[in-house]
Amino acid sequence: MSPLAVVEKDRRGPSAYDVEAVRRDFPILSRMVHGKPLVYLDNAATTQKPQCVIDAVSRYYREENSNIHRGVHYLSEVATEAYEAARIKVQRFLNAPLFCEIIYVRGATEAINLVVSSYGRTHVGAGDEVIISAIEHHSNIVPWQMLCEEKGARLRVIPVNDRGELMLEEYEKLFNPRTKFVSLVHVSNALGTVNPVKEMIDTAHRHGAPVLVDGAQAAPHLPVDVQELDCDFYVFSGHKVYGPTGVGALYGKASLLKDMPPYMGGGDMIRSVSFEKTTYNDLPHRFEAGTPNIAGGIGLGAAIDYVTALGPERIAAHEHDLLVYGTERLSEIPGLRLIGTAREKAGVLSFTLEGIHPHDIGTILDREGIAVRTGHHCAMPVMERFGVPATARASLGLYNTRQEIDALVAGLHRVIRVFS
Amino acid sequence: MSGDLRELYQEVILDHSKRPRNFGALPQSNRRAEGYNPLCGDRITVYMLVEDGVVAAVAFEGAGCAICTASASMMTQALVGKTEAEVEGLFRGFHALVTEETALNADTSKLGKLSVFAGVREFPIRVKCATLPWHTMRAALENQAAPVTTE
Ligand SMILES: Cc1ncc(COP(=O)(O)O)c(C=O)c1O
Repeated sequence: MSPLAVVEKDRRGPSAYDVEAVRRDFPILSRMVHGKPLVYLDNAATTQKPQCVIDAVSRYYREENSNIHRGVHYLSEVATEAYEAARIKVQRFLNAPLFCEIIYVRGATEAINLVVSSYGRTHVGAGDEVIISAIEHHSNIVPWQMLCEEKGARLRVIPVNDRGELMLEEYEKLFNPRTKFVSLVHVSNALGTVNPVKEMIDTAHRHGAPVLVDGAQAAPHLPVDVQELDCDFYVFSGHKVYGPTGVGALYGKASLLKDMPPYMGGGDMIRSVSFEKTTYNDLPHRFEAGTPNIAGGIGLGAAIDYVTALGPERIAAHEHDLLVYGTERLSEIPGLRLIGTAREKAGVLSFTLEGIHPHDIGTILDREGIAVRTGHHCAMPVMERFGVPATARASLGLYNTRQEIDALVAGLHRVIRVFS
Repeated sequence: MSGDLRELYQEVILDHSKRPRNFGALPQSNRRAEGYNPLCGDRITVYMLVEDGVVAAVAFEGAGCAICTASASMMTQALVGKTEAEVEGLFRGFHALVTEETALNADTSKLGKLSVFAGVREFPIRVKCATLPWHTMRAALENQAAPVTTE
């Protein structure tokens, strides 16, 4: 059950990051695609799952399956315990002060929508302003746009420079007494930029605005500490941190959550219901209507155990090494333009090849067994800002290797040969 | 290159993608439509001059992948001199060629050079790239105002 990589790490001493051992924890990495070994470089879209996560999900269904918080019977108790234990793992993973500040959701998208619907609708009114950045994922644009439309509020956008870094001096200028909220991506999925969120949160707080941080791409790659950041909300998706799809978490400061109206009505979120009056349940259950993704939550807990055992700092160091290597190797390719060259960057290599559409790059690489994403990466404003319809994107995970970067480079030379 | 890639990126297709024919606006056109494939960002405009039910000229502009650009380029060549009914027949034939193993109710025999796109079938995700110009052209014929999207 214990992840192979971790066992081997202990044998070799804490500093060795044995990527080959890590890879053995992920069964899918040994499969072939189109007759070639899989080179999986689409980790920003979703990550692969280690055996311990697959086992946790399947053990739940084999041995523990039942509904939670509802039964007095044995299985319900076991399932409830496992599900709530996973919540505490999420709490520790983010270093949240209280377990009741962790709300299970389907993923980053739902978490943002929850905050917009519950906090946003009660605090943002006509003429108010919400600040987001030019490098947000659509899931941190559209819900705010919908809110602004509904309320007659205004969306303000922090501009980005040619390297893909937010322009902080412009950010500061966006604030005024009507600024009611700031919602910011921690790490950009399209460019890899790591935003200086701590500094940006301080700025927002000086102006009295709470901040949501979209950590969908940060949680898998960097150590996250919500107390150090002092963010008001933090969101991430389980499937991008080596856990199952359909589960994620919202962290919110209890001081804000406790006054927020429920997001959905239904079972579990209430204390008592009569046709005259319903009393809502305590945190976090008030925001968790209906039977949740129990297996997902348990699987997420296993994923967090895995990542924690490997060590978020060591994962970040490994991926940084690959990023530096990949940046160097890709820069040698004639006609290749890297989109996103921020000084603080996480494992994303977004690029275009002169005269070759990213879609064609993706198809040819696919036949080499190399999985990259091509398109606008749900960040159309970013594409527009950099004047490209789309990019090809290789995004790194904790199991990627230098050899895989070499395979990507060889694949790109093949692409160029096809079109020469 | 593997066999099906070679089928997809045939010489003719690569040639048309690098040097698209009838590329640019058509000032005298009387039909026009825009097409967009949000998945990959392909975006094209098709211009047509239709006189007495016959296609007198076709052109296109926009940015697309090799398959989309080549498909648009070869389409513009195939349509000139065709009646609207013949255009519809070609549309159906082309659609059948890139989507179905055996074309049902569609005549692929008149496709001529367009048959090089048969390789697209092996790449289901790329079918929309090949058909976007054709859908856009059809919208232009109907003088549809809203842009066509493949979604
Ligand atoms: C930065 C960022 N935010 C939000 C999301 C949305 O995540 P999900 O689709 O898991 O809800 C993503 C996913 O791609 C992302 O990269």
